[in-house]
Amino acid sequence: MPTKMIWGFFKGTLSLVAKGSKAYYVWVFTLLCFMGIGFLAYLYQLQHGLIVTGMRDQVSWGFYISNFTFLVGVAAAAVLLVIPAYVYHWKPLKEVAVLGEMLAVSAMVMCLLFVTVDIGRPDRFWHLIPKIGILNFPQSLLSWDVVVLNVYLVLNLTISVYILYNLYLKREPNMSFTTPLLLFSIPAAVSIHTVTAFLYNGLSARPFWNASILAPRFLASAFCSGPALMIILFQLIRKYTRIEIRNEAIFKVAELIAYSMFINLFLLGAEVFKEFYSNTVHLAPLQYLLEGLKGHNDLVPYIWTAMIFNVSAFFLFLIPQTRENYVTLNIGCVLIIIGVYIEKGMGLVIPGLVPDTLGEIYEYSPTGIEILLTMGIWATGLFVYTLLLRVAVPILTGEFFVGGDGRTAVIVDTEFIRRVDHLAEQSYRD
Amino acid sequence: MPNRGKRDDPAFRMSRRKMMKGVAAVLGAIALPAKDAPASVWESFFQKNFRELSPQELKGVLARLEKEYSEKYKKAVTVRANPPIEGILFGYGLDLSRCIGCRRCVYACVGENNQSRDPQIHWIRVLQLNKERGVDLEDAQQYYNPAKVPETGHFYMPVQCQQCELPPCTKVCPVQATWKERDGIVVVDYNWCIGCRYCMAACPYGARHFNWKKPGLPAAEMNPETHYLGNRPRPVGVVEKCTFCVQRVRNTPGRYTACVEICPVGARKFGNLLDPESEIRYIIENKRVFILKEDLNTRPKFYYFYAT
Repeated sequence: MPTKMIWGFFKGTLSLVAKGSKAYYVWVFTLLCFMGIGFLAYLYQLQHGLIVTGMRDQVSWGFYISNFTFLVGVAAAAVLLVIPAYVYHWKPLKEVAVLGEMLAVSAMVMCLLFVTVDIGRPDRFWHLIPKIGILNFPQSLLSWDVVVLNVYLVLNLTISVYILYNLYLKREPNMSFTTPLLLFSIPAAVSIHTVTAFLYNGLSARPFWNASILAPRFLASAFCSGPALMIILFQLIRKYTRIEIRNEAIFKVAELIAYSMFINLFLLGAEVFKEFYSNTVHLAPLQYLLEGLKGHNDLVPYIWTAMIFNVSAFFLFLIPQTRENYVTLNIGCVLIIIGVYIEKGMGLVIPGLVPDTLGEIYEYSPTGIEILLTMGIWATGLFVYTLLLRVAVPILTGEFFVGGDGRTAVIVDTEFIRRVDHLAEQSYRD
Repeated sequence: MPNRGKRDDPAFRMSRRKMMKGVAAVLGAIALPAKDAPASVWESFFQKNFRELSPQELKGVLARLEKEYSEKYKKAVTVRANPPIEGILFGYGLDLSRCIGCRRCVYACVGENNQSRDPQIHWIRVLQLNKERGVDLEDAQQYYNPAKVPETGHFYMPVQCQQCELPPCTKVCPVQATWKERDGIVVVDYNWCIGCRYCMAACPYGARHFNWKKPGLPAAEMNPETHYLGNRPRPVGVVEKCTFCVQRVRNTPGRYTACVEICPVGARKFGNLLDPESEIRYIIENKRVFILKEDLNTRPKFYYFYAT
C-alpha cells in the first residue's frame, strides 16, 4: 500500500508545517508578509516593464542577476560540505548532507526566481523548454545554466526526500542508491558554479569578466560564503532542535573557510596585479570598482567594505583561538557572508558592464522596486528552507515517523522551536 | 535548419500544440494573457520561432500582425518577410574624414525603423572623439550638444550594429531568437525573444537595445512599410537592433538605408560585398580602412575609412 503510506506521510508533513511554536508562527508570518510585498512589486514591474528598475541599455543586468550569482555559489557550497563530512567521518553525516542539500534546494528556488523576474518576457519562458521551444544547447552558456541548475535542483530534492522518507519509515536509506547520487552531486555542485562563471567568462566584449581566473575565483568565494552560512545554520539548528552537531565539525568548516578565503584573496590579488601593472585599456572596469573612474565611484565604498570584511574574516578563521570562540567565529561568518555578497554580487556584475562597450559610464543602483522584489525572493527562499526544516528536523530526531499500522504518521513533538526551558538541559553541549 | 522537416510534420505540430496548452494551464501565471483575451493574443502566444514557420503559417502570422498594427496605428500597415536575395552580402562604409557629427542619421533611423520615442531608443550612437587621442573609446563623448558641429579638435564616429560575420550576440541567445541571415544581416524575432539581455552583454559595440517600457510610437509618425525582422512595431521586453533597413534593402535591391540617404556629407556608403564593381568594394580595396575592435575576431561588415 505505498500510496496510503505516501498519503499518510503527506498528511503528516502538512500538519507539521501548520503547527509550531509562537516563534515559528511569527517567523513564517513575517516571511509571508515580505513575500506578499515582493509579489506586489513584481506585479508592478510586470505592468510597467523593467523601466521601473535602475537597469538601462548600458547596464543591462543589475541587482537581480547579482543576487542570482551569489546564490548559485551558496547552493554549490552547501553541498560541497558533504566532502569534509565524508573525509573526516563526522557522525552526523546524514544530517549534514540533508541540511546542506535542502539549503541548496532553497537557494536554487531563489536563483530560478531571480532569473524569472529579470527577463523581459516571462510569458515566453516555455521557449526555453527543449522540443516545445528551442533551447540553444550547447551554443549558449545560458542554456547550459538552465540545464545544470534544474538538474541540480532535482538531484538535491531527490536525495534529501529519499533519505528523509526512509528515515520516516524507520528504514535505513539504501546506500547503494544514495551514495552514487551524493557523489554525483559533488561534481554537479562544482559544475553549476563553473557554468555560471563561464556565462560571464565567455564574453569577449567584457574584459572584466573575460579573465580565465574568473571560474576559480567563483569557486573559492563560494567555498567561503556557503560554509559560513552553514556554520550559522548549524548553530541555530543544534540550539533549537535535538540534532547534535559537534564543535569539531563546526571548527573544521571554519578552518576550511580560512583556506578558501586565502585562495580567494590570492586570486583577486593576481587579477589586480595583472590589470594595474600591464595598464591596458582593460583596466577601466577594475579602476571603476576599486577607485572610481572620472568622478564616478558609487561602488568604491562597497567593494572596500567587502575587502576589509573578507580580510578580517580570513584572520579570524586562521587563528585557532578566534576560530574556536563562538563570538569571533560568528562575527567572521557574518563578515564573510556580507563580503562575498558584495564581491560576487554587484562587485562582479556591475564592473563587467561599466564602463560600457563604447566607454560610457552609467552608474547603476537598484530602485526601491528592485530591492522590495529581491527581499521578497529572499523571504521565499527562507520560507522554503523553513518548511523543509520543519519536516526534516523531526524526522532526523525521530519525532516524526510512521505509526505501527504502517500508514498513519506519528508526531511526537509539535513544537518546531523547543521552548526555552528545554534549552537549559541541553547546556552540557557548550 | 536541420530539424525543420520534423517540426513541420503535422503530427509533431499537434502534439506540440497540445503540450503547450497543458503547460499554459499549469503555469497559470499572471503574465499570461487573460482568459477573455481575443484569439489573436493566443495565436501570438503560441507562435513558433520565425525560422520554423511553414510558408502557410508565416502568411497567417503576417496577416495577423498587419491587422493588429493597422488597427492600432489607424493606417494600412504592411508587414513583409522578404527572404535574403541570393548573391548579396551587405557591407557598410563610414568615412570618418567626412562625418560632422550632426546626428541626422540617428533621427532618420528612428523615423524609418519605428523606434520608441518615449523612452528614446537610438540604434546609431555618434561618438565625439578627440583628434589628439584618436579612436579611444574611453575618451568618447556621446552627449555632446554644442550649437554647431563639427567642433574643432574633434572628429565623430557613429557606431551601430556592425553586422559581424561571427556575431557574439547570436551565439549566446538561449532560445535562438536572433541569428545572422544569408545576406549578412543579424536579425531578431521579436515574437520569440524572451528578454534575458544576454546578447546585450555579449555585443562589443553597444548595438543592442532593450524595450524597458512599452515603446512610445505616435501613430502619426509610424512608418507603415515594415518587415517582420526589421522595423515592425516592437512589444515591451524584447531586444532590438539595426538591420541595415531590411525592409528597404530587400524589397528594392539597390536602395539605400535611411542613414545613408540622409547623410548630408556623403560619409555613409552601402552596397553588395559580393559585387566587385560596388562602391563598398572599391573603398575596401583602395582606402585606408579599419574595423572596430578587430582583436575580438567578430569580423564586422561595417568598415570605417578615411577618404581624404
